[in-house]
Amino acid sequence: MALKPRAILANAAVALLTALTIAPLLYMVIVSFMPRGESSNLPTPLWPSHWSLENYHELLVRRLIDGAWFDYRIVPALFNSVAIAAISTLLGLLLTVPAGYAFAKLRFRGRERLLKILIASLVVPGQVAMLPLFLIFKQLGLVNSYAGVILPSLAGIFAILFVRQATLAIPDEMIDAARIDGASETRIFVTIVLPLLTPIVVTLALFMFLGSWNDFLWPLIVLADQHLYTLPVAVAAIAREHSADGELMMAAAVVTTMPVLLLFLAMQRYYLTGLLGGSVKG
Amino acid sequence: MTRQERAAWLFSAPVLAIIALVFVLPTALAMALSVTDYSIYALADWANLRFVGLGNFIDLFSTPLFWRALANTAVFAVLGVPMAIGTSLAVALLLNDATVRWKPLWRVLLFAPYVTSIVATAVVWRFLFNERSGLINRALATVGAAPVDWLGNPHTSIPAILIFVTWKIFGYNMIVFTAALSAVPQDLMEAARLDGAGRWGRFRHVTLPAIGPTLLLAAVMSVAGFLQIFAEPYVMTLGGPAQSTTTILYFMFDEGFKWWNLGQASAVAFVLFLMILALTMVQTRIGKRYEWL
Repeated sequence: MALKPRAILANAAVALLTALTIAPLLYMVIVSFMPRGESSNLPTPLWPSHWSLENYHELLVRRLIDGAWFDYRIVPALFNSVAIAAISTLLGLLLTVPAGYAFAKLRFRGRERLLKILIASLVVPGQVAMLPLFLIFKQLGLVNSYAGVILPSLAGIFAILFVRQATLAIPDEMIDAARIDGASETRIFVTIVLPLLTPIVVTLALFMFLGSWNDFLWPLIVLADQHLYTLPVAVAAIAREHSADGELMMAAAVVTTMPVLLLFLAMQRYYLTGLLGGSVKG
Repeated sequence: MTRQERAAWLFSAPVLAIIALVFVLPTALAMALSVTDYSIYALADWANLRFVGLGNFIDLFSTPLFWRALANTAVFAVLGVPMAIGTSLAVALLLNDATVRWKPLWRVLLFAPYVTSIVATAVVWRFLFNERSGLINRALATVGAAPVDWLGNPHTSIPAILIFVTWKIFGYNMIVFTAALSAVPQDLMEAARLDGAGRWGRFRHVTLPAIGPTLLLAAVMSVAGFLQIFAEPYVMTLGGPAQSTTTILYFMFDEGFKWWNLGQASAVAFVLFLMILALTMVQTRIGKRYEWL
């Protein structure tokens, strides 16, 4: 079947739009492999004269300069980002998935009122809590620590409601049948409910990991020690000081974006369906 | 307490306790903090803390930079919401066209910028916006346009950041709108076609009423997003040039964590909270009106 002109036009428009959208990311990768200083030549080069790893070397390898060790602390930041995102995802799931189930299927006094409060609190922007939270954490000695970054990310109100919404779809009869068979509540949750929730848990884990990886304002506030910086905080610090080093900055951006971009591409089905299924209702 | 009740508390108490500690308590304290002169002196010794009533708010309202930040944020929202929502809708409509092939592929690629770190992509776009060697001015030069000092000119700094933000976020609402578009009643569409309604007529009288509520809700939520712009100016312009990109949150961050005027900064946070609360009330009213909340 021959394509009609309209169809060709629509397809070309979508392809062009996608190319434009991806272009900045592609260009970021290309420039990161240019020899130092090449990207500021005129006319602006679109392709490296030769592919070079020197920006990554400069960015990632610790060097001795005039007798002192120098590095951009990107490798420690990468490590911090991975550790913090992994820990907050694991603890976040551990805390919010059972809670979401409890709010959906277990009867307890105060449930409806607590639920109302949780939904209402989604209105309050997180930034309002940040100033006092900083002072509280200072008293508790949590400023400038992993725990200081991770703890606030565990207050997963959205996650609880997300899991609750998904759990409501599980028929009560399944759970009641297990109860009559004498299974304990924990056992019911682990062996019956959890397997059914697996896709939702994967989606939630993805949201949590990406959220933690990209989080910026709170880590910026709570981390003072450069050795504890996460990638966005470290990259922002370098960007504010070395704005002229185009290739170096692109390499830093590649290191920060590529891990989550690849993770997203690998698991996009979970991410995009979760996006739509996650509409929170009371 | 029943067995079920014990289990319920076992499952939910830990996370509720954390929410109370890191969210409920600090939010309540934020109100308290905003009526004190908490500053670097109080940070050293609590004895230096004084109650100042509405003093912080009075100070704030006589600070030109606060009004500037408020105005800048308003410009971000007023220009940004139509720009972002419009882009999302246009792309969703295009993707919804029956003749377009490989839709899942396009969807994923168009969505990709949304999952990247704002800081990292802001660095990339600052580079693209470079006046001398940036790719955007090079593209403009091919059509004969003079180079623009995007981030260095107070008149173009907000539009430049908005281009970046739109690129970054349009994929989210594109997905939301795509889902809404697929629920547009096809029989109605067919009837309109048979009645001789043109492309625009069908969009105006069939598509738009069907996706209207979704569109409106997305717009209101986008306003909330634009009110919270921070990382973009922090990385791309440092709030400049000539304070043209200092937003409310940027102002709050500087007051609180650069100058350590935490009392004053809490007053700013409170103002932001009231704005978002007002917005949510609008959102709820819209929701009630269309009966899906």
